Amino acid sequence: MTVTPTTWKPGTLEASLRAKRDAGQKLLLPYVTGGYPINDWPRLIEGFASVGADAIEIGIPFSDPVMDGPTIQEASSLALGEGSNPAAVLAEVAKTDPGIPLIAMTYYNICFHMGHERFASSLKEAGISAAILPDLPLEEVEEWAAVADEHEIETVLLAAPTAPDERLPRIVSRSRGFVYGVGLVGITGERAELASSALEMARRLKDTTDLPVVIGIGVSSPEQAAEVAEVADGVVVASAIIRKMLEGGTPEDAISFVGELRAALDGV
Amino acid sequence: MTAIDASPSVMGDPDENGRFGRFGGRYVPETLVPACAELEDAFREAWSDPEFIKEFHDLLRDYAGRPSPVTECHNLSAELGFRVLLKREDLNHTGSHKINNVLGQALLAKRMGKTRLVAETGAGQHGVATATAAALLGMECIVFMGEVDMKRQALNVFRMRLLGSEVRAAMSGSRTLKDAVNEAMRYWVAAVESTYYCLGSVMGPHPYPWMVREFHRVIGNEAREQCAELLGPDSNGGVPDVVVACVGGGSNAIGIFSGFADTNAELVGAEPSLGAAVGRQVPGVVHGSMSYLMQDEFGQVQEAHSVSAGLDYPGVGPEHAHLAEIGRARYEPVTDSEVIEAFQLMSRTEGIIPALEPAHGLAWMVKAKDELAGKTVLLNMSGRGDKDVAQVQAILDGDVEALEMMRS
Ligand SMILES: Cc1ncc(COP(=O)(O)O)c(C=O)c1O
Repeated sequence: MTVTPTTWKPGTLEASLRAKRDAGQKLLLPYVTGGYPINDWPRLIEGFASVGADAIEIGIPFSDPVMDGPTIQEASSLALGEGSNPAAVLAEVAKTDPGIPLIAMTYYNICFHMGHERFASSLKEAGISAAILPDLPLEEVEEWAAVADEHEIETVLLAAPTAPDERLPRIVSRSRGFVYGVGLVGITGERAELASSALEMARRLKDTTDLPVVIGIGVSSPEQAAEVAEVADGVVVASAIIRKMLEGGTPEDAISFVGELRAALDGV
Repeated sequence: MTAIDASPSVMGDPDENGRFGRFGGRYVPETLVPACAELEDAFREAWSDPEFIKEFHDLLRDYAGRPSPVTECHNLSAELGFRVLLKREDLNHTGSHKINNVLGQALLAKRMGKTRLVAETGAGQHGVATATAAALLGMECIVFMGEVDMKRQALNVFRMRLLGSEVRAAMSGSRTLKDAVNEAMRYWVAAVESTYYCLGSVMGPHPYPWMVREFHRVIGNEAREQCAELLGPDSNGGVPDVVVACVGGGSNAIGIFSGFADTNAELVGAEPSLGAAVGRQVPGVVHGSMSYLMQDEFGQVQEAHSVSAGLDYPGVGPEHAHLAEIGRARYEPVTDSEVIEAFQLMSRTEGIIPALEPAHGLAWMVKAKDELAGKTVLLNMSGRGDKDVAQVQAILDGDVEALEMMRS
């Protein structure tokens, strides 16, 4: 685990996203499941970067992903079935050099079990600059986030449509990197239409903060990505990318889909 | 006996963050945080409203059939060499302790204006109890159950459907209780505005471990009074020497322990040896709280294994982790075969067919016979065994085919 990405400094997710946003670019954050497809997944990281991703979320599979729908669940369990584990995922990530910030996305027990210090330093060693832990809400996050801050690992918090207005400023002020607006009341997975809650969430967050506002969960197509980005600064797309491969598509198909997302966002 | 901390603060309320010592908390997706907070407020308000409490106790009496008796087991006592008392939760309506919690939560859901209950179930007892309460109170009900458990407990699946509930198979992971909880939580995340999550044990995010304990406290309160009357002041002040219960998530155990936490009674939880979260003492976070959790070297949750679907769970309620850590309760493992022995022993000697879950408690008592000699032991008979007889028959007949069908 020695290769460190060279083109940006760890801990600069926010700076990187802000700079692009301020230059008028909409932000694209695609997702990769660490360990799926077996052998090919590390290739997706540089592949996504080459077609215009601004940062990449790397899922470290967990046995009980309660925020995830069938697509991510299946990719996670296939990866775990092939022996994927946090250390192996991080070791592979360390070998990549995508030139954009990387974000680890996993459930809190993976981090807790490894120990906060060790988890933070392992991310850093792997060249990852931020973490998303969807089952670690504001009230529980401080112990981890304090350690993460020290290691310059940016802890991205989620904000959901169910939050009352008074809660949003508290979330954005603890969130680092960007604020992840949950696009709908539900778990990850594709939806035929963009939920109206996605735009509403984006508006509420934009009214609350200057931090980059990125909407994820339920953003399923280039058209939907463009629609959200009319209001939000960017999007996270996960299930739609992973499903391409679960249904027999190659990593190249997934990469070219990310290219389509880029093109749609560039048209906004 | 070693010194027991019997101060009233043991088994008091959790702190403002929902912690019992270092265990508990509220580790849920952001989407659910406001719902948990709303539930906490609603419960605090209802639990201090005499009218709500009266409504709850009226239902426990007139519908569930409380108080449940304490039965002295003369035959078993003679056989084992110590005095055995049973708290008869098996005699409640729907056949287990689960109805106490469910009636409390369903009343609360109604008071909160929710129209639908969602629940997880392992053995099917909590699912049946929830379906029952939904029928009684005119609510919709969806129960998630692991596919493996649906086979093991086919009769309970039919019962829930008969009661008007929808039963959905949890097809992920080990397809048992843990996966049913995952599915119920996912459903709740998506339907949080209309749906009340009726959790079946003292687990999950704050306020569930506390609230579910409060709804089951009636078990311990009744037993305390009944024991005082039965044993008289000369027998350890009317308190049994040892109180035993099986521990899956830990609700029946918490219920009976809560009546004796401030006494010198020893509190013992019996865990399946391959589902012994407390026994292993590794802390972790899943399903909303920090507690002891069976997990591998990377923190992946492991599958528990038990002959009893109701105890087939890799975690345990956070208050049990705390009681173990402070030494107020101890947790002992028993094997499937010891449980099957105990199941038959209870049936044969007392004419009471226990559920496989409380048979774990008896299995420990049989094993600890020497240590218990001359003592008075109160076992929480958390449920009746009707649901388990087909499975035990197959085990005793060595019916491999039937067992395969039930297991996978
Ligand atoms: C009769 C009976 N006892 C015990 C349990 C285990 O639950 P808990 O540990 O919450 O009491 C179950 C669960 O299904 C049960 O049916």
